[in-house]
Amino acid sequence: MSETASTMTRPPGRPAEVSLDAAVSCRGLMKRYDELLAVNGVDLEVSRGECFGLLGPNGAGKTTTVEILEGLLERDAGEVRVLGMSWEHDERKLRERLGVQLQETYLAEKLTVEETIRLFRSFFHEGKEVEQVLQAVQLQEKRSTWVGKLSGGQKQRLSVACALVGDPDLLFLDEPTTGLDPQSRRSLWELVERYRAGGGTVLLTTHYMEEAERLCDRVGIMDQGKIIALGTPAELIASLDAEHIVEFSLAEGVEPPDSEALLALEGVTRVSHGGGSTQLTVTEPHVAVPALLAELERRGVALAGLSTHYATLEDVFVARTGRHLRDE
Amino acid sequence: MNSVARRLEHSPLHQLALARFREFTREKEAIFWTFVFPILMAVGLGIAFRNKGPDKVYIGLVDSPQATPLATALAAEGDVVVRRVPAAEANAALRRGDVALVILPAGGKAGGVAYRYDPTRPESRVAQMAANEALSRASGRPPAGPARVEKVTQRGSRYIDFLIPGLLGMNLLGTGLWGIGFALVRMRTGKLLKRFLATPMRKSEFLLSFILARLAFLAVEVTVLLLFARFAFDVVVNGSIVALFAVAVLGALTFGGLGLLVASRARTQEGVMGLMNVVSLPMWILSGVFFSADRFPAVIQPLIRALPLTAVVDALRGIMIDGASLAALALPLGIALAWCLASFTAALAMFRWR
Repeated sequence: MSETASTMTRPPGRPAEVSLDAAVSCRGLMKRYDELLAVNGVDLEVSRGECFGLLGPNGAGKTTTVEILEGLLERDAGEVRVLGMSWEHDERKLRERLGVQLQETYLAEKLTVEETIRLFRSFFHEGKEVEQVLQAVQLQEKRSTWVGKLSGGQKQRLSVACALVGDPDLLFLDEPTTGLDPQSRRSLWELVERYRAGGGTVLLTTHYMEEAERLCDRVGIMDQGKIIALGTPAELIASLDAEHIVEFSLAEGVEPPDSEALLALEGVTRVSHGGGSTQLTVTEPHVAVPALLAELERRGVALAGLSTHYATLEDVFVARTGRHLRDE
Repeated sequence: MNSVARRLEHSPLHQLALARFREFTREKEAIFWTFVFPILMAVGLGIAFRNKGPDKVYIGLVDSPQATPLATALAAEGDVVVRRVPAAEANAALRRGDVALVILPAGGKAGGVAYRYDPTRPESRVAQMAANEALSRASGRPPAGPARVEKVTQRGSRYIDFLIPGLLGMNLLGTGLWGIGFALVRMRTGKLLKRFLATPMRKSEFLLSFILARLAFLAVEVTVLLLFARFAFDVVVNGSIVALFAVAVLGALTFGGLGLLVASRARTQEGVMGLMNVVSLPMWILSGVFFSADRFPAVIQPLIRALPLTAVVDALRGIMIDGASLAALALPLGIALAWCLASFTAALAMFRWR
């Protein structure tokens, strides 16, 4: 784990200061809810023009972190700069330049799409024309439809439209595609990519690794209020020291071989258990798989399932925490 | 697009008020409770408590040779209905309540009659008086009593005249609590308040938009109820219409303030509904909407007078029934104003945006 640990610790001598050039910069962010330490010392830096993703399971502290950065939640400790400004001094100016999409907002059901966008447009001094935004989120044909009659994907695009209407420099998206079908998800991804093509900065949270891999230049993996790994998706995957994952499960109630025995197999660099199966990080699956099968055969246990795939961010999370991103 | 339209399009206050207005008019239930329900109440109660004409007096006349001229004399009295009964059945008719009084013609040249009735029955005493008057007139003697009787049924003294200002006040309370309180809590639970807060929207303009939309509906709801009362029940406004609307505006602001107050902390719709009932039920009963608050014991009268609905209903009645000026209603208007200022101040101090 030393590779990612180095991206986490500050080089000695560098002062713990927030950056004024970055789109978002925070140091030592803390937030406590009664007994729960929701955010436990988060440092973040999002460059202008970048798409940064906070990836983590439910309850990891992603939303709390983002809402502090959005100026919607008070922090208990830490420094925050957004577009070089602070919430304490420049709130109104900042609001004019941010686009915020919250997790699960229920927009007024009995207003039409166009009326809703026009309402949000009126809050901003400068911004896009309602027509432009309708087109950007591809809801022109639904302009006269009541919000309550839209599908989940359309509602979500409208929610993003309300965030885009002020022509923001920085767009916050909190789990923008949770609960959407694959097609709606892809159409939202394209929307984010078009916004970025225009020079915008994005900070999003997600618990879908495909989403982070597709959209984000850099990803912070969050768990229990901390960022446990930070880097480009490729860097994080490379940090596993191997590109392939072999995942196997045994019949219910049968204990898998212990980690030491598995690590002794040829080509296995890491072992983790979680989600009812065992994951082996391997350099060469064609070497590791026969070795695994031989070992299981020797022990007289039967396989219930076996699969191999290229390593993903999900595997990075599993390797670090022993849990899946979405533990149901 | 001309410049005014363009400015309105970009005015957050205008857009927010417009959104409130649209949401309300697109909600069928809200339309029913605001506009139709008070009219149904007025119709129902207006019919149940309508003023009937004067009651008829039923007099039994025992058959005898002298009965016919007596019957003619009695029938000349307007409200008297004469029933000829055989002597044997006279007591039974009295007992059953078919007649309130039995007249027995006395035999002999002197004429004269005997009355038989139950003195504990008010209608029997009325019948006796009517019979006296009729018989005196028939005999050519001047009737005892006043020289002239004036019968009056004035507009303004009927139950419906009392009821309409009460319903108006109750409606202002209901729409203030629901239109503002319920809508705000729904926005809070749906995280829409938080979403608005993430934009440069000004909180003051947001809250003001609720008041503006409320006042727009107020004009409609007051007009509809007054026009209905005028044409269906002939209820008139004796005082100034302008003063009446001024009181209605004050009432709407006062109850809007209460709506804001009950909604200022509530996190759930059930929570705010409970608070609304706590606020409105006692006032529906105590504040003299359906019957005069004077019927309650003297001990709690100061409390009743201090309630905002009592103040608003008293002021509305003062203008509609007595034609009072605003100056003459300084006390109830002062009480309403105090509630208005206090509830807005408290609500804004403790309002929860998230």
